[in-house]
Amino acid sequence: MRKSKSTNLRYISKKRRVIEDERFVCGTGKFVQDIQLSDTKHIAIVQSPYAKANIISINSKPASELDGVHAVLTGAELANHTDPIRFGLNLPNVTWYPLAVNMVRYVGEWVAVVVADNPYLAEDAAELVEVNYEALDPIIDPEEAYTDSKRLVHPEHGSNILYEGHFCWGPVEEDFAKSDFSLSFRVRWGRSSTVPIETFGVVAEWDEGREMLEIWASIQMPNFVELLASAMRIPLNSVRLHQDVDVGGSYGVKRGIKHAIIVSYLARKLRNPIRLIEDRLINMSSGDAHGPDRIFDTNIAFNKDGKVNSLKIRALDDAGAYPGRGPFQLAKPISAIVGPYKINSVEYDAISVTTNKTGQVPVRGFGQSPTNYMLETAIDRVARHLNQRRLDIRIKNLIKNDEFPYLIPSGSSYDSGDYLGVLQKTLDRADYENLMKRRKNARIDGRLAGIGLATCLEPGGGNNIFEYLMNPSAEITTFTEGCEIKVDPDGLITGVMGTTSSGQGHETLVATIIGEELEFDPALIRVVHADSLNAPVTRSPVASRMAIMLGSAAAGAAQKIKAKALAIAAENLGRPIEKLEYAEGTVFDQINTSHNISWSEICFIAHKAYHKLPHGMEPGMRAHNVFQVPGGGQLPDTDQRVQIYPCFSFQVHIPYVEIDQHTGKVSILNYFVGHDCGTQINPDIVRGMVIGGLAHGVGAALYEKFQYLPDGQFLNATFADYLMPSAYEIPMVTDIEHCTPSPLTSHGQKGSGEGGYLGAPAAISSAVNDALAPRGLSICELPMRSSIIEGLLNNGSTSQ
Amino acid sequence: MSSHNIRISVNEKTYRSTVDSRITLLDFLRNDLSLTGTHVGCEHGVCGACSILYDGTPVRSCSLLAIQADKRQITTVEGLCNADGSPGVLQKAFCDAHAMQCGYCTPGMLISAHALLEQNSNPSADEIKESIGGNLCRCTGYIQIIEAVQLASQRLRNSR
Repeated sequence: MRKSKSTNLRYISKKRRVIEDERFVCGTGKFVQDIQLSDTKHIAIVQSPYAKANIISINSKPASELDGVHAVLTGAELANHTDPIRFGLNLPNVTWYPLAVNMVRYVGEWVAVVVADNPYLAEDAAELVEVNYEALDPIIDPEEAYTDSKRLVHPEHGSNILYEGHFCWGPVEEDFAKSDFSLSFRVRWGRSSTVPIETFGVVAEWDEGREMLEIWASIQMPNFVELLASAMRIPLNSVRLHQDVDVGGSYGVKRGIKHAIIVSYLARKLRNPIRLIEDRLINMSSGDAHGPDRIFDTNIAFNKDGKVNSLKIRALDDAGAYPGRGPFQLAKPISAIVGPYKINSVEYDAISVTTNKTGQVPVRGFGQSPTNYMLETAIDRVARHLNQRRLDIRIKNLIKNDEFPYLIPSGSSYDSGDYLGVLQKTLDRADYENLMKRRKNARIDGRLAGIGLATCLEPGGGNNIFEYLMNPSAEITTFTEGCEIKVDPDGLITGVMGTTSSGQGHETLVATIIGEELEFDPALIRVVHADSLNAPVTRSPVASRMAIMLGSAAAGAAQKIKAKALAIAAENLGRPIEKLEYAEGTVFDQINTSHNISWSEICFIAHKAYHKLPHGMEPGMRAHNVFQVPGGGQLPDTDQRVQIYPCFSFQVHIPYVEIDQHTGKVSILNYFVGHDCGTQINPDIVRGMVIGGLAHGVGAALYEKFQYLPDGQFLNATFADYLMPSAYEIPMVTDIEHCTPSPLTSHGQKGSGEGGYLGAPAAISSAVNDALAPRGLSICELPMRSSIIEGLLNNGSTSQ
Repeated sequence: MSSHNIRISVNEKTYRSTVDSRITLLDFLRNDLSLTGTHVGCEHGVCGACSILYDGTPVRSCSLLAIQADKRQITTVEGLCNADGSPGVLQKAFCDAHAMQCGYCTPGMLISAHALLEQNSNPSADEIKESIGGNLCRCTGYIQIIEAVQLASQRLRNSR
């Protein structure tokens, strides 16, 4: 692949308006809630009040007798007519239906749904559904779940362990033996999530004449159509997923498969369009909302000069009651298990347990943010142990510029990077010496002040082989993305992508790259989201992959269009292709530039003047290109080493915080973030991703946690109880750009959707612990809520 | 269920309607008037996605009943556009500063920021934060939104 020189670029990396924005500011976006099909019926959901209980009986009669109620659907009926939802892991004895069958396994689990003329009536009726339960003893604590053989979430499975994997890459024991020191610690990542402002919604209609399911959903999910068709027992090509709905934020979580099965079943049964829009309580208690909930026990071996040699990591993850792809979040971190550091060997024990909580879904970074929090804590601990600067330990261990591509013990080859360059740039901009003076003066004044320092690697564009690592029956070695370009007889260009978007600006991405390649103003290029039956080859817009994968696919498709234009021109100008030049659609004879053919003539010929086409050329002007994941197509070796992600972005985070000693409140007074995602396709989009991801990280670090009582009651299913950062809590971030192009993509781009979220929790933890250090205190659990810090400061305890 | 006749002015157009007493103003705007720019976020008055102007003051339309808007002047995000439907100054500034990603909280943000600029032609960053403090955004981290409001205020001052 060639690397473009940024000086020659017209549109890429230039500050240009994001195409999608205008419809959003005018209120003319088309979200799933805006889709109105005539005679649509609405759904309300009956939820379990128990964490674990047998369902003894359900009396739906009073609800179904209400005027305007059309059906009450229970788990027993749905299970009779659909197949269970497939898991990512190989769990033949764990059964998951959208509505509980016989047993409920978490507070909020869906037991029945009511279908009515409007949502108000549906909710009235849902309150009339009488369910009798026999309460059972739930298991809530993940460590207890790991060892308990009696309180089983899924008794047929025989244990609460969904997955337990042992990985050893390199001479771990030898490296520990020859190191001067080792230290061990525990950190805990709280159950939080990215919580979009739009809840999940889905509308389905059964087309009787065509025997087809038409469905609109606010999803961001690989395999959605496959899973839906399989559960509905209909062929894959009988499902048409409309992907031209704007998705109101997702950041990984918008999965919605159980919702989709329910509305699809009901739409077919009742012959009415059916609509399920979560309310906020449903969304947060029992939709697809909860992210990783993870305990790390880590042992790190190092020398007295600060050189880190080896790591032993045990990650215990609480997947909740029904995890779909959630547990794979233990596997993505394998792709960057040593972060940006040269660490010779790693042992990794990854354990996923089931508990009586809401099931876990993928969240921004797919497990990388908790892992990075652990890894950066480890580096800080080494510094503290050696009484050296945290910065110096990082400089000592960071991979150097001349060491790329750099192969890490778990099999990833890092494509490119300038870690020390980004670090230095960020330190300079932050005026690190001055920041230290400021901290010193604050401390002299008796204030608790701290500087945070964290780096992070953002793997992007993965090939899905992590699934095979955790489930060898899934022999999937790629995760491709395609793009189609159609040029109409008038010469106007349409780019076709195959998925939904949830704020990533994919239309701008595709238009910018096509515009760059074909030398047309991207503002004149239309980009559409095809439905699933018309779509180019696609997986989904996850894993910081679309700039890498869709962007490179669009570039390839544009090159095919250009090649066809040149061939048509060669035929009609009577000159060989190598003597011709393409400029903004017009093709010239290099020697005699007045001998040329315009873009509109070329497009007319392609579509309509068959007699002027080169012999045997297919008429029309369209190209489909599928980009294969660079480095994909390999199964792991016998030591389970494999390249999972091709491109690795890098960030450095430096926050400055002060803590109120009386309330424990953390104020982030400054925040510097240096980022390098290679070539930026649209700088405003990248900046938004970096800062927005960072804001999610502030939430995870300081505020956000889904809270359960020991008996499994769920406490915070509202925005009043689950605290998310407002404009007050997010500091004014200074972002510092750096560009180390990837050699693997069309224009040197890498991923940028996750780095902010990967670095911020680690950096804020580093800052808070730096502030607490003079008091001899530390905190090793996220979120670091003010109540926890206040308890620590005033009682020396971390209990809330 | 009791029904009521109401007369509401929305974006300077008068509507007469008969509504059930329990219908929220948010649902009325979206479902009865097809003004879908106002978004449903939390339905308990926290996130601000459903913000509208109620006699010029930003309020949550999820926490008002449609009947409470009887004889009131309502402005929704659609009403911030120019007469030809093109984006107004504030909306354009949101585009130029890329003050959004998914666009879901954007209408509420615009309403809050619009109300601020009506009162204060040169707000500081802190004043902007205060005005949008009741609007949650999960995409942007707010900074580009604050920059957009600053840009709009500058453009509005320059045009006066």
